[in-house]
Amino acid sequence: MKWLRQVAALTILNIRTLPQRLGSSTVAVVGIGAVVAVFAGVLSMANGFERTVAGTGSDDIAIVLRDGSNTELTSGLSLEHTRLIAGAPGVRRDANDEPIVSAELFVIVELQKKTTASAANAALRGIQANGQALRKRMEIVEGRMFEPGKYEIIVGRGAQHQFVGLELGNSIRFGQTEWTVVGVFADGGSVFESELWCDVRVLQPAYRRGSTFQTVRAQLVDPASLATFEEALESDPRLEVDVFGEREYYAEQAEPVTNFIRFVGYPLAFLMAIGAIFAAINTMYSSVSARSREIATLRALGFGPSPIALATLLEAAVLGVLGGILGGAVAYLGMNARTASTLDMQSFSQVAFNFAVTGELLIDGLLAALAVGLLGGLFPAVRAARVPVAVALRGF
Amino acid sequence: MTAADVLVEVAGVTKSYQKGKETVEVLHGLDLTIPRGDFVALMGPSGSGKTTLLNLLGGLDRPTVGGITVDGQAIHAMSGGSLAKWRSTNVGFVFQFYNLLPVLSAARNVELPLLLTNLNGAQRKQHVATALAVVGLTDRASHYPTELSGGQEQRVAIARAIVSDPTLLLCDEPTGDLDRETATEILQLLQALNRDHGKTVVMVTHDPQAAEYAKRILHLDKGSLLEKAA
Repeated sequence: MKWLRQVAALTILNIRTLPQRLGSSTVAVVGIGAVVAVFAGVLSMANGFERTVAGTGSDDIAIVLRDGSNTELTSGLSLEHTRLIAGAPGVRRDANDEPIVSAELFVIVELQKKTTASAANAALRGIQANGQALRKRMEIVEGRMFEPGKYEIIVGRGAQHQFVGLELGNSIRFGQTEWTVVGVFADGGSVFESELWCDVRVLQPAYRRGSTFQTVRAQLVDPASLATFEEALESDPRLEVDVFGEREYYAEQAEPVTNFIRFVGYPLAFLMAIGAIFAAINTMYSSVSARSREIATLRALGFGPSPIALATLLEAAVLGVLGGILGGAVAYLGMNARTASTLDMQSFSQVAFNFAVTGELLIDGLLAALAVGLLGGLFPAVRAARVPVAVALRGF
Repeated sequence: MTAADVLVEVAGVTKSYQKGKETVEVLHGLDLTIPRGDFVALMGPSGSGKTTLLNLLGGLDRPTVGGITVDGQAIHAMSGGSLAKWRSTNVGFVFQFYNLLPVLSAARNVELPLLLTNLNGAQRKQHVATALAVVGLTDRASHYPTELSGGQEQRVAIARAIVSDPTLLLCDEPTGDLDRETATEILQLLQALNRDHGKTVVMVTHDPQAAEYAKRILHLDKGSLLEKAA
């Protein structure tokens, strides 16, 4: 109790004298803040991308690809295959007893990015009549749905935001054909918002794909039907396909990019953290030497060395937390919800996403800042405990 | 003099420091007895070891050879932790430059040693008020050191030294930074503490006039003691 009272009194003292060491304390706080800002910034990118891509899928929708294809781009299915898939058990049927599926084609088109004015890949997806129903959050926010059989496209909000020429009513040329933008759609911030959609039956001849598709999306009776559906397809000798739950599929899609961002981000934050630790050590050493007479006086009055060391450590921790709050605030105000886009390595097309500085990320940043502060305060705390009382009392 | 009358017993104390490769002996086989209720002025030229002796008496430093007993306790044999605890209840320090903490008010400065006791907030407040009344600074309790004169700062420091009611007051040049008039007030205060409150005072000073307030004067020269009655 007495010991704790000593620690508390000494810590309050240290913190009250902080303004006297404003310069060096600010250096430590800003240094730690920069680490947290970079840490949170980079990870918010990974988080945002993950949230967009991995958040795209739904549990009661299955995606069927050709066996061995991990991505839509490398898959291929014949019309015959798509019919067999649609007829499999586990697929929900509509009022007319028709299976709710959409066989889709996915091609890459080149568009100009607004930010860099350079060419970049975009995904153009041909869907069947049920394609819209299979994306429950999908809604037309401007214009209208494309009409089947026409060279019309609707564009995702994210795609319109990042590419030139996708305004409503615009004509745009891909390969040999001229397309008209007739609508803009939203889909709850998912990957689909970065795509352009059209009728698959128009897209097939335009890209000379005959009657082939790449994927089938199927509405399952319920999430548990995935196993039945999968088993039926895999045991059918006429089919060589892989079945994924949509959510699982997109979670896997997100991995390479988020791993890459983290692979770059963590070492960067780590190196900066080492720099910040040295800044904190320096600050705390100067704090201890500035207070050495004060410390010696307290020691003479009977304060023990361990409360003095702990109070020094806590002062460093306070600087760390202040840095963490600063860095977190910078990351949150500067990056959260900011839109960026990157090349999705699986679909080879641009995916727009929002930086997500989540609460969890801010807490992680704060903990990292606290760790940096404590590590920086460790040696100075030992020095504070060892201030030679008799010499330091005279204060020269 | 019976054993009960003796407060401080210094026996054969030698203190040496390592200065680079050289060993400097500051005190040579010192013997000294200070009876309870004494007021000793410790004089001597710079470097004669006055402050070293004072630090040894206060348990801020340890003798290289020899023993120091204060109120029956052999402080030279105590561990760092128990020495700190011992200091908090048995000794009050008064320094030349007051060593008040600038961010604390006078009352908070005086309260510091009480944070090491079991007293609760109200009891601490009571003790602080008493100590400030003894030094005549009741009306300055909420002032910060920068708002006080040198003499007032030293009074606050003295209040801090006596607040936990120690038997021994150790003063290192307590008037060294003050003008004559203020110095006299401080010396009279120390004298009153000795006379009326029974504090045993050991005061290091350069100033012969200050030393006159003591009951006896000890001269330290090159690490050895010479006594002269005041």
